[in-house]
Amino acid sequence: MDIAKQWRGRGPRYRLEGQRNTQTGEVRFPPRPVALDENAAEWETVALSGKGEIYSYTTLHQAPSGFDGLTPYPVALVRLAEGPLVTAQLTDCDENDVQIGTAVEMVTRHLKDTGEDGVLIYGYKFRPAVQ
Amino acid sequence: MNNVYIIGAGATPVGEHYSRSLQDLALEGLRSALADTQADISPRRIGALYVANAYGESLAGQGQLGAAIASAAGLEGIPALRVEAAGASGGVALRQAMLSVASGAFDLVAVVGVEKVTDKLEAAIEAAQMLATDSDFEAEQGITPAGQWALLMRRYMHEYGYEADAFAPFPVNAHANASHNKGALYRFAINADKYRKATHVASPLNMLDCSTLADGAAVLLLASEGLAREVGQRRVRLAGSALATDTLALHSRRDPLWLGAAQQSAGAALKQAGLKHADIHVLELSDPHGIAAALALEASGFVERGSAPRHAADGGISLAGATPLATGGGYKARGDVGGASGVYQAVELVRQLRGEAGQAQVQGARVGFAQCMGGVGVTVVSHLLMSE
Repeated sequence: MDIAKQWRGRGPRYRLEGQRNTQTGEVRFPPRPVALDENAAEWETVALSGKGEIYSYTTLHQAPSGFDGLTPYPVALVRLAEGPLVTAQLTDCDENDVQIGTAVEMVTRHLKDTGEDGVLIYGYKFRPAVQ
Repeated sequence: MNNVYIIGAGATPVGEHYSRSLQDLALEGLRSALADTQADISPRRIGALYVANAYGESLAGQGQLGAAIASAAGLEGIPALRVEAAGASGGVALRQAMLSVASGAFDLVAVVGVEKVTDKLEAAIEAAQMLATDSDFEAEQGITPAGQWALLMRRYMHEYGYEADAFAPFPVNAHANASHNKGALYRFAINADKYRKATHVASPLNMLDCSTLADGAAVLLLASEGLAREVGQRRVRLAGSALATDTLALHSRRDPLWLGAAQQSAGAALKQAGLKHADIHVLELSDPHGIAAALALEASGFVERGSAPRHAADGGISLAGATPLATGGGYKARGDVGGASGVYQAVELVRQLRGEAGQAQVQGARVGFAQCMGGVGVTVVSHLLMSE
């Protein structure tokens, strides 16, 4: 299941590493290639806090291969405390436990079924914040 | 740039064509479009073939669809290529084909939108549709385009104070129109009560608010003005065409409820045609879900933000409304034909602009607007068609 691809994504996937502009303070996640009109030297890697709140959420009952053994599972758009919006599964809850605005925090969890390569895919999910 | 005309339009019914291959479907579409010209045009006059297809590799297991279809048609030798932009493939292929005629390079080109998806089961189909999302940061989380539309629907309800069943008028309208379309996947009516009781696919989206991906082929024959005059009188002109793109990932947008590429492409197509929204008599949009139609109507400038469900409930999208929508059933009831959908849209508009739409006819329709999308507003193409 794309071993090099999983390895390449370890920073954002395991540590929620995004980018911060040292001049403007803008933070973005996920990290992206520095655009043609941007200065690469201005962007540094920064680990985000993992705190945020739910912008919207859904529960998938029909899933693609790799996830079809996991239905139903909730997925959200999470507004991170630093500003960016991120797509992530919710965990340790079902959709009746959350609403728009619910505070959530990042945890590392098993993301999907083991593929042909036998690699266990881990990554970030979000759960309701532990008070 | 020279004027470009649609001189032939044809399509197979949308359905589960288990007994037929991708090439079989494409050939039926080509025959149907050639017959539709009502002229004795030799297929050998087709100068180039543009194939619109999203799922050739993932669901049909076939690459090089340009050559595959040209050779099946006995046209090997001509330039033939495949265009992929997920659900926008049809609109992008139509646009590229139009530009090739407008440039003077060709007198006659064929746009073949074709999908063969039912050889695979549901999980593979969902995975293929997920290719329209950002592989690294959306697909890895298991989100599909339907799931993304569901996220937008929930947020829209929150922002503007709607309940989920406020979106029922979109599929109800689509099914009512499809009941008159022999080529539609679902030729039956539904109502708001059934909508309320339907089970969730991706909450708050339910089964009656989600399109079904199916097989089919739709074909347009585009001609230069000279050839169009030679062929006959039932000419439909491509008066405007524009393509725009947005961020690949939905979460990268400042305002996820605003489909910026829809705004850009609709505005540019209208400007090119020298038309206003009020000049448009009939619409085709990417409407696999009510929320998709609603956001497209708003971003494209047909209605105010937050008002599309009210507009639909007030009859605005019906045959007699200000923006008649999905007259052949739309993605929901005609069927979602993936990369071919943009071509099916144009075939439906041609039917409308020639006054051949029977019980689904919009009276006096002379100008049609078609807009198709790849993913959630990632690639958006808008076209304006006019009868002359």
